[in-house]
Amino acid sequence: MTYTLEQVGAIAAFAGTFFGQLFRRPFEGRELIRQMDETGSKSLLLVLITGCSIGIVLSMQSRGTLARFGAEAVLPNMLALSVVKEIGPVITSLVLAGRLGAGIAAELGSMRVTEQIDALEVAALQPFKYLVVTRVLACVVMFPLLTIACDVVALLGGYAESLLSSDLDYRLFVDQAFSSLRLSDVLFSTAKTSVFGFLVSIVGCYSGYYVRGGTREVGQAAMRAVVIGSLLVLVADVLMVRLSLILFGG
Amino acid sequence: MSVPEAEIIVKDLHKAFGDRKILRGVSVYAERGSTVAVMGGSGTGKSVLLKHLVGLIEPDAGEIWVQGKRVDQLNRSDLNELRLRIGYLFQGGALFDSMTVEENLDFVLRRHSKLSRRERIEQIHEAIAWVNLPHAAEQYPAEMSGGQKKRIALARAIILRPDILLCDEPTTGLDPASVRTVSDLIMRLRAERGITTIAITHDLLCAEIIADHGIFLSRGRVLAEGTLDELRSSEHPELQAFFG
Ligand SMILES: Nc1ncnc2c1ncn2[C@@H]1O[C@H](COP(=O)(O)OP(=O)(O)OP(=O)(O)O)[C@@H](O)[C@H]1O
Ligand SMILES: [Mg+2]
Repeated sequence: MTYTLEQVGAIAAFAGTFFGQLFRRPFEGRELIRQMDETGSKSLLLVLITGCSIGIVLSMQSRGTLARFGAEAVLPNMLALSVVKEIGPVITSLVLAGRLGAGIAAELGSMRVTEQIDALEVAALQPFKYLVVTRVLACVVMFPLLTIACDVVALLGGYAESLLSSDLDYRLFVDQAFSSLRLSDVLFSTAKTSVFGFLVSIVGCYSGYYVRGGTREVGQAAMRAVVIGSLLVLVADVLMVRLSLILFGG
Repeated sequence: MSVPEAEIIVKDLHKAFGDRKILRGVSVYAERGSTVAVMGGSGTGKSVLLKHLVGLIEPDAGEIWVQGKRVDQLNRSDLNELRLRIGYLFQGGALFDSMTVEENLDFVLRRHSKLSRRERIEQIHEAIAWVNLPHAAEQYPAEMSGGQKKRIALARAIILRPDILLCDEPTTGLDPASVRTVSDLIMRLRAERGITTIAITHDLLCAEIIADHGIFLSRGRVLAEGTLDELRSSEHPELQAFFG
């Protein structure tokens, strides 16, 4: 328990350092762009596949349930609501916590144990700015974009699945799907993934940055990054849904 | 005759990790333009000692002076400024694996010099030719042998023309011919640029070529120091075992 509290404190301090360094020169613009590109291209396919399967499964499973209440017609509304407000953001972030959290921790961890981080430090190249700030910012920007991609593909998947059982016109589907969404919901749900991106990447960077030892420790750091990152996403989600209810109402 | 000036002074350095005492009162003195070899068995804290000189590790007690500045008390920006005067060759090379050789060197140059891209590329090619790897520019570290990586790491360490070179086992894992090449390079640096060098080495051939002063560490203390001949003729069993 004390260990857990210590960890939480250390991660918070690490996040503090991030904010302290954020507005200091030099701004690693070139590296930031490279990281955003890497983050996006490394995980886009995974996110698309995830989204598509969520849409299809959700549509298949809900149809039966809704039919029992004679409410099959609201399927598009239900699909849109659940995907955009909750499932899209959370599942995307969890998938990315696995993909990117582990990747970041393993990369920084192996840089640490091979003394590359020390080499940056000694060459006055400010490794925290160069490695951590850029990766965290990249995740803060890319998580919402990838979430949007996931949402879109999930709705397409859901629509495709509906076509198999009924010849629903796509305009009707789209109209219905969007009629139930409020702009504030869409914006808030998507923007909250920036927070998830921050948490996942801060935990990934923290786990990797202070690895000591060798390959085995790097592996453990990657594993820990995934576990802690995923847990934080889920906890933060509860808090933020609560917040959104307060701000925007049900 | 100029009076010898101290470039590096370490006074009574102590360092423990947890309750493992690694350094227990180490003192080192290096005159400007001299080469000091630090020897000793594995795990005696040689790398830890060297890392103190660039502020990678903070001492528990003792003083570290480099070019008249107290390293362990400098603020961040002064420390970074001093670090630019120091080239550091890490034990494992520590090349950035996501970058080619050229990018490895350019990364340092781009950030810390005002040279144009063409001038930088020129300097980089000069540096890698200097370590006898003129065609390595486009290679990634993973594609190179241990000895080649060490030499590129040496090229990176001196690309900013530092006054001081700190080498952590520059020749370990190299074949005898490469040991000679690298040792000769370090000698040339001293002859051509008057660089002060502290080199950790297990390698007697290397120590013999480069060192005018040797320090032998054992269990966190300086067991003996002097010229290599003095160390070699010591009666101490540990030294005799080392020098065979
Ligand atoms: N950052 C650190 N935290 C904890 N322990 C450390 C740290 N750095 C080094 N040590 C420990 O200090 C001891 C001395 O390490 P050091 O790397 O200085 O040995 P060395 O003399 O360079 O040995 P070798 O010749 O094998 O390189 C080792 O037991 C190592 O485990
Ligand atoms: Mg060592």
